[in-house]
Amino acid sequence: MTARRNIETATRAEIEEFLYREADLLDAWKLDEWLALLTEDCGWFVPPNDRPDADHRSTLFLVADDHARLVERVERLKNPGAHAEYPHSRTRRFISNVRVTAIEGDTVHAAANFIVHRFRRNDDVRQYVGSYRHKLRRAGGGLKLAERRTILDGEELGALGTLSFIL
Amino acid sequence: MSGPYVTEDKKRMTFALDREALVSPAVLEREQRAIFDKCWIYVGHGSELAKPGDFRTRHVAGRPVIFCRGRGGEVRALLNSCRHRGAIVCREREGNARQFMCMYHGWTYDPDGLLKGVPGDAAYGPAFDKAKLGLVPVPRLEHYRDFYFACFDPQAPALTDYLADAKAYIDLVVDQSPSGRMEIVAGVQEYDVKANWKLLVENSVDDYHLPTVHTTWLAYMKNAGVDLKPREAGLLLPTTGTGKDLGNGHLTTDNVNFRGRPVARWISIYGETAKPDIEKIRAELVARLGPARAARVADTNRNLVIFPNLAINDGSSVTVRTFFPVAPDRMQVTAWALGPAEETPERRARRLDAFLTFYGPGGFATPDDIAALESVQQGLAAWREVRWSDVSRGMNKPEDAQLNTDEGHLRVFWRRWSELMGQSP
Repeated sequence: MTARRNIETATRAEIEEFLYREADLLDAWKLDEWLALLTEDCGWFVPPNDRPDADHRSTLFLVADDHARLVERVERLKNPGAHAEYPHSRTRRFISNVRVTAIEGDTVHAAANFIVHRFRRNDDVRQYVGSYRHKLRRAGGGLKLAERRTILDGEELGALGTLSFIL
Repeated sequence: MSGPYVTEDKKRMTFALDREALVSPAVLEREQRAIFDKCWIYVGHGSELAKPGDFRTRHVAGRPVIFCRGRGGEVRALLNSCRHRGAIVCREREGNARQFMCMYHGWTYDPDGLLKGVPGDAAYGPAFDKAKLGLVPVPRLEHYRDFYFACFDPQAPALTDYLADAKAYIDLVVDQSPSGRMEIVAGVQEYDVKANWKLLVENSVDDYHLPTVHTTWLAYMKNAGVDLKPREAGLLLPTTGTGKDLGNGHLTTDNVNFRGRPVARWISIYGETAKPDIEKIRAELVARLGPARAARVADTNRNLVIFPNLAINDGSSVTVRTFFPVAPDRMQVTAWALGPAEETPERRARRLDAFLTFYGPGGFATPDDIAALESVQQGLAAWREVRWSDVSRGMNKPEDAQLNTDEGHLRVFWRRWSELMGQSP
């Protein structure tokens, strides 16, 4: 038990470091560097507000990207023709309550809470609040994100409008 | 309110909209009475209520409504307001209920709306008649092929008359299902747009904006190997399409497909392994409908607007989208995916993936539509000085020869809107 707790404690610090860096890259719109944090088989999911635990193959999600689609999403967001994000929103992400929820082989399951503040000229300040469920995998010396499931706490997207940036 | 808000001169080929119509609280108030209280308004789809007692609560034309299936299986739309003091009797989003109990004083109603229980009912006089105190249904509820609409005008024509030629376009959507049963897929997208609701009517069918608003979506399609070369000289888009008047203010685009269709036109985005399955879907269509009708279903995209506020976009996937104004410069949008009820899990997954390539708050296209509409609304703050929007595109051609990139179909909406608002253009 003690040995396991030590592994989880060490892992949590490492995961926090990883998530803070990941959040910084997104806030700085360094999207190519950010892509390098993901595994080639990663999944990127935002379930609908009314079905947070659903499967994207049978339920309409807000976002359900694989790696190839994420690469295209990044291409899109780097293009000034992505009008919803041109100029880019200013965002500031706060990650907290990081917990290791399971370890399976080389995969670590980790939960976290987030608040993302989003600012645009001529627009309201929008606050995206919710929880992340991650699968992280050890690759080389470090961690990579194999899956993020972003669960929004709102009953509906409502005043948040769209998810035109990467949450 | 002043007006007329819409002016048309066929000889001079001019058609203009007074921008006050998009910013005025008085106009919105009149729309609520002259349009939303008079027209058939989409409530929901029968597939959302599988069993007796199933319910969904939603707002329809500003009213709280329980869309539910009664004990005998009949679909109902009950006004969600207790007969005692008015409180909402069902506060959950969805579920299955044997009864709805008002949280205020505990009056209970069954899923048919009948008042079943009143705590301490011995305290009422002889005129108190529980049989007359059920939940009030919307004045009219009718459906066409499982799409349920409410009307708050008891004198309105039947839904099937109201829908006019739009019925044929609903049929084209429903014909995708071998059994003729389409269903709403789980998962709803509900988001606000800071723009006048009528701008989304236009945006749903205005294909003129595609090359500019959706440059990144088109780039994505091209990267994925989809053929975007214009098939004819002079087209703004890869294929030709038309804008059509379907009567009573309903309108549609009717376009030759280039963007792929889950039923049933393969594109590279679906992956090589999907090819044989798409061919199977196509073969079933041809066997059931004949080659001409199968091609009509599978090789055309149609964005259909049922006046005033329902869009059924049968494009990259099928989306059913309704939207209500909450202020002159704000609307609430609710969007669902629709698919054949008997679809295999593999086909359903492909349909949903195709949906997300374009549609929805996280799609590759809808966020840019919303950005465009919100940009318009911001610009409309100058309406007193920049008074008129030009809606004359395509008027140098006959109205029955309008392309999807013209504005003939937009003019259909505006003429009907103007008529119902008590103004003739």
